Amino acid sequence: MTDTVVRTETAPVTGVPKRAGRLPRAAVHHPWWFALPAIAVFAGFFLVPNLLNFYYPFTNWSSYHADIAFTGLDNFRTIAEDGSLLRAIRTTLLYALLAALFQNGFGLVLALLLEADTRFNRFFRAVFFLPVLISALATGYVFQALLDQDGAVNSVLGTDIPWLGSTTWTLVLVTVIHGWKWMGLSMLIYLAGLKGIPGDMLEAAKCDGAGPWRTFWSVRWPMLAPAVTFNVTTALIGSMNTFDIVQATTGGGPAASTEVFNIYMFRIFGQGLYAQASAMSLVLFLVVVAIAIPLVIGLRRREQLL
Amino acid sequence: MTPVVWRYGRPALVVLLAGLAVGVPLWLVLVTSAKPQAEAIKPNLDVPGHWQPGSNYQDAVSQGEMLRGFLNSLLVVVPSVVLVLILGAGAAWVFARRRSRLVSAAYALCISGLLLPPAVITIVMELRQLGLAGTRPGMIAVYTGMYLSTSIFFMTGFIRAIPMELEEAARMDGAKPPRIFLRIILPLLRPVIATATIMVMLYAWSDIFYAFFVLGGGERATLPLNLYKVASAQLYLNNWHLVFAYVVVMSLPMVAVFLVAQRKIVSGITSGAVK
Repeated sequence: MTDTVVRTETAPVTGVPKRAGRLPRAAVHHPWWFALPAIAVFAGFFLVPNLLNFYYPFTNWSSYHADIAFTGLDNFRTIAEDGSLLRAIRTTLLYALLAALFQNGFGLVLALLLEADTRFNRFFRAVFFLPVLISALATGYVFQALLDQDGAVNSVLGTDIPWLGSTTWTLVLVTVIHGWKWMGLSMLIYLAGLKGIPGDMLEAAKCDGAGPWRTFWSVRWPMLAPAVTFNVTTALIGSMNTFDIVQATTGGGPAASTEVFNIYMFRIFGQGLYAQASAMSLVLFLVVVAIAIPLVIGLRRREQLL
Repeated sequence: MTPVVWRYGRPALVVLLAGLAVGVPLWLVLVTSAKPQAEAIKPNLDVPGHWQPGSNYQDAVSQGEMLRGFLNSLLVVVPSVVLVLILGAGAAWVFARRRSRLVSAAYALCISGLLLPPAVITIVMELRQLGLAGTRPGMIAVYTGMYLSTSIFFMTGFIRAIPMELEEAARMDGAKPPRIFLRIILPLLRPVIATATIMVMLYAWSDIFYAFFVLGGGERATLPLNLYKVASAQLYLNNWHLVFAYVVVMSLPMVAVFLVAQRKIVSGITSGAVK
């Protein structure tokens, strides 16, 4: 069957000798149908829902209506007026920023500590990678048990601090947990970046009398730019999509102070207000696009400057 | 002075950090999962007064419907991973080898999923209309769509580095595209396939957000959904010991996979990311 497909594509090509250049040959050697299943699944289950997401927020789709009618900006007005829109945007951006900061900070420090390729270091790299392997939901429960007012941290310290009960600091704490969970992945990528630095470059810096700090800021850090691009982008974008850790530690509380987009959507969807959840989903999409595009362009440009 | 401090201070710092950051949480999970309920109500780092890991793990398996959850997880994660790899490799081959505006556009579109968030609410809408809501094929389709971008991105970069001559030599011997793909490209892709497998498995195995929307609870619930149920019950049942027994069993497969394929995973993750 595959042969017939190829032949039908080959026939016109060989029949037209004047265009026997690159394109027709490519069509024979690397036929489109190899890519079509992937394109179909991706379009059908990723792009189409995202396109639908530009329509349903403007309807009254919910479990309370039998049919779906166009209602204009009603849903956006609702989420703007009850304050949840601004709160979700602010909470998610703050979360993403802090989570990316902690994840990259922890990862970079670990990479620098474990840079040399010794048996000791290899063992501890695996140890620090362990949290990546544990599901984010499980991670959340572990830290809930640690940070609960009746939990392990308070019992060790002999304190009675409501770690997960502060409307200001709990968000920061949850982002530290997020950074903890993913630091192993950042560490590996920074390690690869460090490994890619030519040895003679470090040697030259040493000969010129540069100390460890100077070498770091003048050689290592600039040479790490591609790793920084990758890590910062994936950490920022990934943490805007966060759900599990927040759900397992605070569930969005206290007083909705950790209610990021996905927690809101989950809650509102559970109440049957589908269109309203979809509206929030559209806002998330737009926020991610508005941040991702300048971020990638900016970081790429930075790579070239350094 | 500094080299001496670094020589002895660094290993000490590493051990201290590992102990505090990874050791303490791990210890908490392990001891709590072996405690009787009365000791586990207030989770702490004490050694259990009475060891009963056996009955806790047994309870977690029976009350948490772990075997069914395990099977349900396998039944959605394995097909998703296979589809992501095979469909991704096929597309990456075309994207890496052909040059035209259409190919570039299709490639850009296909890797847009690296950055864009999946529209989870309308996915539910679409699956309902297709009759796939709450089914495994629906869940598999959603995971595949979500992670295809990652595999296409990594694989395209990798195939571009494979010399064209290898393919041309096979073509001289009369090999058709399917044969070249299966015999030359796929075997060479092995390192990326290892990485992509791990990453997709990791994400899909621990995913709960999308599983909530697509599968919901019920009899097709995956392991994380079951864990959520057990842990939500903890609010009134105080069953930390069961929650952590569950966490241990659920994490074991991933830890095992990592230990077996550690070297490949590490080299794969690092070579793909920094380009």
